Amino acid sequence: MLEIKNLHARTTETEILRGINLKVAAGEVHAIMGPNGSGKSTLAHVIAGRDDYEVTEGEILYNGQDLLDMEIEERAAEGVFLAYQYPVEIAGVSNKYFLRTAMNSIRKHHDQPPIKRTEFLDLLKENLSRLGMDKGMMDRSVNEGFSGGEKKRNEILQMAMLQPKLAVLDETDSGLDIDALKIVADGVNALRSPERATIVVTHYQRLLDYIVPDKVHVLAGGKIVRSGDKSLALELEQKGYSFLQELVAT
Amino acid sequence: MIATEQETYQDQYVAFQRQDSPAWLVELRQRGFDGFTRLGIPHKRLEDWRFTNVAPLANRPYALASLADFDVDTHHAEIDALVEQATLDDDFHRLVLINGRYSDQWSRLHDLADGVVIDNLAKVIADRPADVRQTLESGLDFEDAAFAALNTAFLDDGVLVDVPDGVVVDRPIHLVCLSIGNRPTVSHSRNVVTLGAKSKAHVIESYLGKSEPYFTNAVTQITLDESAELDHHKLQHEELGVLHIALTTVAQRSSSCFRSHYFSFGASLARNELNCTLDGEQIETTLNGLYMPTGEQLMDCRTRVDHAEPNCNSYELYKGILNDRAKGVFNGKIFVRQDAQKTDAKQSNQALLLSDDAVINTKPQLEIYADDVRCTHGATIGELDDAAMYYLRSRGVPQDLARKILIFAFANDVVQGVELPAVRRHLESILLSGHELSEDVL
Repeated sequence: MLEIKNLHARTTETEILRGINLKVAAGEVHAIMGPNGSGKSTLAHVIAGRDDYEVTEGEILYNGQDLLDMEIEERAAEGVFLAYQYPVEIAGVSNKYFLRTAMNSIRKHHDQPPIKRTEFLDLLKENLSRLGMDKGMMDRSVNEGFSGGEKKRNEILQMAMLQPKLAVLDETDSGLDIDALKIVADGVNALRSPERATIVVTHYQRLLDYIVPDKVHVLAGGKIVRSGDKSLALELEQKGYSFLQELVAT
Repeated sequence: MIATEQETYQDQYVAFQRQDSPAWLVELRQRGFDGFTRLGIPHKRLEDWRFTNVAPLANRPYALASLADFDVDTHHAEIDALVEQATLDDDFHRLVLINGRYSDQWSRLHDLADGVVIDNLAKVIADRPADVRQTLESGLDFEDAAFAALNTAFLDDGVLVDVPDGVVVDRPIHLVCLSIGNRPTVSHSRNVVTLGAKSKAHVIESYLGKSEPYFTNAVTQITLDESAELDHHKLQHEELGVLHIALTTVAQRSSSCFRSHYFSFGASLARNELNCTLDGEQIETTLNGLYMPTGEQLMDCRTRVDHAEPNCNSYELYKGILNDRAKGVFNGKIFVRQDAQKTDAKQSNQALLLSDDAVINTKPQLEIYADDVRCTHGATIGELDDAAMYYLRSRGVPQDLARKILIFAFANDVVQGVELPAVRRHLESILLSGHELSEDVL
């Protein structure tokens, strides 16, 4: 589904990604771990299409298509979803309107008619209750005045509504208590299917107790320095990230 | 150049005097004309006109619209189309002014409660001058208001809305001010809105037209007696090329409540002055405004809130959305007189610049002579939020729609301040033109 080849990306000041290679097949869950500043979030945003980063080398293939050649909204319409580490507040736009506009934009991209109001509301209600969210939040402005946990749940709600093919979760666990973490993990697990893939970007192993990955990659200094199965996450937890310094050096 | 232009207005004035008018009105017009002659067309050296160069447009030769040989029949379809375009809701009372003249033919009044007067000013002046004479004679100060003086010099017609004590006018009153013709014209409409004690009304003024570049020089005088309540909406949709100058004066008595909703979209140069005098206690005044110049448009919004007595509140929120090479000017004056203790006055002007070449000049002007008051003011200037743009797009929303949504979101609190659903829908459809809008928008 996703194939990243020798990806180099930089901001105007510094090179952040220095040759990422990664293959994610449909049906798989990959975890990307690594210390602060290793480039995890940059990788997530390069996949989503944020134009603060310049890709200087390499390519990303998404279902055989050149992902880097696609507009941000086109990627989303084709099923790429990024759950933000810091969800954006949009004053003056209600959550409900935001969600429905997003869904209808994606449907339009696929030449489908807009979703019926009642159908939308039923779907919304179902997902809200699954994520333990108050429906009153839907009439409030997008993320405005939401707590950290509410914002993260709102990301998962969007994911549940939009049903992406490739979900990238950027530090979705940060700032969540254990109950919220379980709810969020349930939301992600509910979307697991042979047609979908998930990339979980995280600093801690904790989330991976609930979203069990097929593969774990360690990112350091803008490169994947080690890959393995879920036991790699536990190893990292025990040894800490400091032992990676040696790996980076080599 | 100015002298030449004043001669044009002089010629028009002389011609205009030939009609039959009561002596007091002749005298009032003369005062207006004298004031205008003394002041002349404002120039940029005047502090209040520093950023608004009105002379090039004001000095064009305009024929006086109300005297123009205007044939309704040849313009029938055009008028129909404009009235249709302006109509917000068939349930509203609709009064149509064409080139400053009241038109019975296109106006639609529903049944009115006892004592409510909605009529054309020319008729009232002819039949019952005592009803308006005092307001017309004493309501305006021409000292530094050249265009209000000019409007008075040609004072002739407009609409009178007079609501007696205790009456609530259920249906909104919509004044549709059209400019139509085959040559550049100027019209000086005068609207008078008078609300008796404990009465309540909604008034909407729409300005639009289809003509050679014209000049609208409108004055609206509003009076609210004790505990009266008025929502006043102005929708400025003039054509490009047009000079739109308007003055609205509001005199409020104790416990009255005035809410202004100003929306400016059209004209090449639009200057709107809104002056409120809070002459009583426990008064509430809310001034909301949204101006959206694009291209080369210039929109100049000026408000003045004069707190004369204690215990009154005024809230002001003006938002500007400026694109291309457009210019915006905001000037918000708040006076708190020595007696006006416990005044609570808030003012905010926020501008969103959508292009590098758009310019906004914003000037809050507070003069406070009382010592126990709360007055705040703020001005912000910003651009569209890149992070919000990215967020929307990353959820599949195309760039063009995302941009519209964010602009809408910026303007939304001003739009949502409008109580009338038909007016709100009208504004929402302008802001999100071309895109489906659901009721889910906050």
